[in-house]
Amino acid sequence: MSGDPILTVDRLMMRFGGIVAVNALSFAAERRKITALIGPNGAGKTTVFNCITGFYRPSGGAIRLAHDDGRTMQLERLGDFRITKQAKVARTFQNIRLFPGMTALENLMVAQHNALMRASGLTLLGLLGLPSWREAEQRAIELARTWLDRVGLLSRADDAAGNLAYGDQRRLEIARAMCTEPVLLCLDEPAAGLNARESGGLNELLLSIRNEQGTSILLIEHDMSVVMEISDHVVVMDYGVKIAEGSPQAVRDDPKVIAAYLGADEEEAIAVMESGT
Amino acid sequence: MSATSARPSHAAQPSGSAFILKKALISAAVALVLFSLMIGIRTEAGPQGGLIYWTRFGDLAALVGTVFGGSIIIELLRQWWGPIDTDHIVPKPVQAAMSFAGRWLAPALLVFAFLVPVIFYNQRYILDLSILVLTYVMLGWGLNVVVGLAGLLDLGYVAFYAVGAYSYALLATNFGLSFWVCLPLAGILAAFWGVLLGFPVLRLRGDYLAIVTLAFGEIIRLVIINWQSLTGGPNGVSGIPRPTLFGIPLDNSDDGLAAKLGIDFSPTHRIVFLFYLILAMALLTNWVTIRLRRLPIGRAWEALREDEVACRALGINVTTTKLTAFATGAMFGGFAGAFFATRQGFISPESFTFQESALVLAIVVLGGMGSQLGVALAALTMIGGFELFRGFDQYRMLVFGIAMVLLMIWRPRGLIGHRAPTVYLERNQAISSDLVKEGHG
Repeated sequence: MSGDPILTVDRLMMRFGGIVAVNALSFAAERRKITALIGPNGAGKTTVFNCITGFYRPSGGAIRLAHDDGRTMQLERLGDFRITKQAKVARTFQNIRLFPGMTALENLMVAQHNALMRASGLTLLGLLGLPSWREAEQRAIELARTWLDRVGLLSRADDAAGNLAYGDQRRLEIARAMCTEPVLLCLDEPAAGLNARESGGLNELLLSIRNEQGTSILLIEHDMSVVMEISDHVVVMDYGVKIAEGSPQAVRDDPKVIAAYLGADEEEAIAVMESGT
Repeated sequence: MSATSARPSHAAQPSGSAFILKKALISAAVALVLFSLMIGIRTEAGPQGGLIYWTRFGDLAALVGTVFGGSIIIELLRQWWGPIDTDHIVPKPVQAAMSFAGRWLAPALLVFAFLVPVIFYNQRYILDLSILVLTYVMLGWGLNVVVGLAGLLDLGYVAFYAVGAYSYALLATNFGLSFWVCLPLAGILAAFWGVLLGFPVLRLRGDYLAIVTLAFGEIIRLVIINWQSLTGGPNGVSGIPRPTLFGIPLDNSDDGLAAKLGIDFSPTHRIVFLFYLILAMALLTNWVTIRLRRLPIGRAWEALREDEVACRALGINVTTTKLTAFATGAMFGGFAGAFFATRQGFISPESFTFQESALVLAIVVLGGMGSQLGVALAALTMIGGFELFRGFDQYRMLVFGIAMVLLMIWRPRGLIGHRAPTVYLERNQAISSDLVKEGHG
């Protein structure tokens, strides 16, 4: 793969006891592009995500992140919160993980924790209520307001996140991830549970994030309408290995991919395709 | 995650006299079966050593009748009240009055607190009790940071109270340091021990965290008992200096405050001074906590209570966030401990048993986790109410226990269960307690 990769996953291995969940997976996600990671259930997609975002420590392989300024970071060595804090990789979860008892606005303020901690002089200056802290807080509120507006939740800013409708919670989680000002946004099934209209809106949101913020996006998705419409590059996994990659069109016509999704042999899939066309 | 969960809807309860009668009859039948042998037949050893028995059908009938009638009354009461968590329709003026009371309760309490020594100047008992209540208010506010905000269940909070008390007692008796020098030191030392406790329990949650913090509290107490050469062991530390008003002692000596002001000395002066001292310390705790809640660290604590995994995904260092919560809570406990030592003049390990931890935790839970006003009200109820029940003699604990159980049925999330947001764009609306998490430890 040519171009300018922001994320390079190199021979990633993840074992849980005797089970190999991810086996020597290599792929790259390009800068300012939307890369989709697809595959049948249990293919190991979320495991890859958890390795990239530091929730799992990979058993082997390397995950490199190249910033715009040329710095590269080995994500597998950072681990945990530092991946978001230093490497600027943000993620959302398959089963939404908002702070349900906090308002939508507060959720976005928590996302700016590290920037605000610096501005509050590790709490001390903030405790005294210095003007510099108040300005920083106002800026943070403005950033949160901008994102609430972009995901269409400005009127719900002061409502508890747990009271929002499911689709709104999905969008709020994306807004919260964007408030960490990431260079790479990892979305775990952002369209799960959304209706057709909502997933259309999601497509627009993701495209605008890519085009306006210049944030690279890596997403896991089952909803093929989302994958086919907005991805620039698709990586297909099955049983922990990569079985195909390429443009959405190329992947859709790949007999190996169809076989994996239909659970059939490759020859059978080719036969099905030929009889179909 | 209960992302899509709504309030549980209650199926319509059957009602009507037939249902009530049926329920009462079933209860009466159960009572008949139970009591027919227990009450209906009485056996005793007869004069010849044989067993004799006689029947008491009158008593039995009375009891079954009571159960029958009682069941009807309870069922009628229940139907009148409706399901427990329904919002009862309250007339508008009453609602307005309640919201008015809600808004003015905290300022009114504060003004009242300032006036207590003026109103009750000659009632030493009430002054002492107020000082005790305020000490627990401060402890409750301190523990509220750990349990209410960060959601970390701490059953060993008394350890920090003990560290604060012994820090002041030992520094003052051994090195002659004054209260005002020792107060920050006591807080720093307690915070240090808070961090020390924090490290091993960082990875623990829920029940496991509770057990380890419980053990920590006991360890501190046992060390105090057994380290005789330093702490005096079970004999405690006596002769702890009384606090001074910036160097002016509050006694009847020539240098004392009374002599300097040219007024007659009265021991009440010291009590009033102690009252205002603990009031100021408690208010400082409150002010700092309210400020911290609106700072990133406070929001991180609350986010930690809501969802630790999401916190990590947002780049929040969960380790330091937990440790700062432990340290902040412990520091306030240490301040309160130093005050306790200077007020009592004598401390011993007996003052720092698990019961104290449980009491402070009960105050926080009863008040509504995270609510400052709720904790203050709960401390007033728990400590003041306990004194109120003195008239019941040996039934005091029983009455108190029943009152607590009833309170928790009525308000399962504490006196003030809802959460106030820390920042808002347009509407500052409280968040229902259904949505706010208690934390997993």
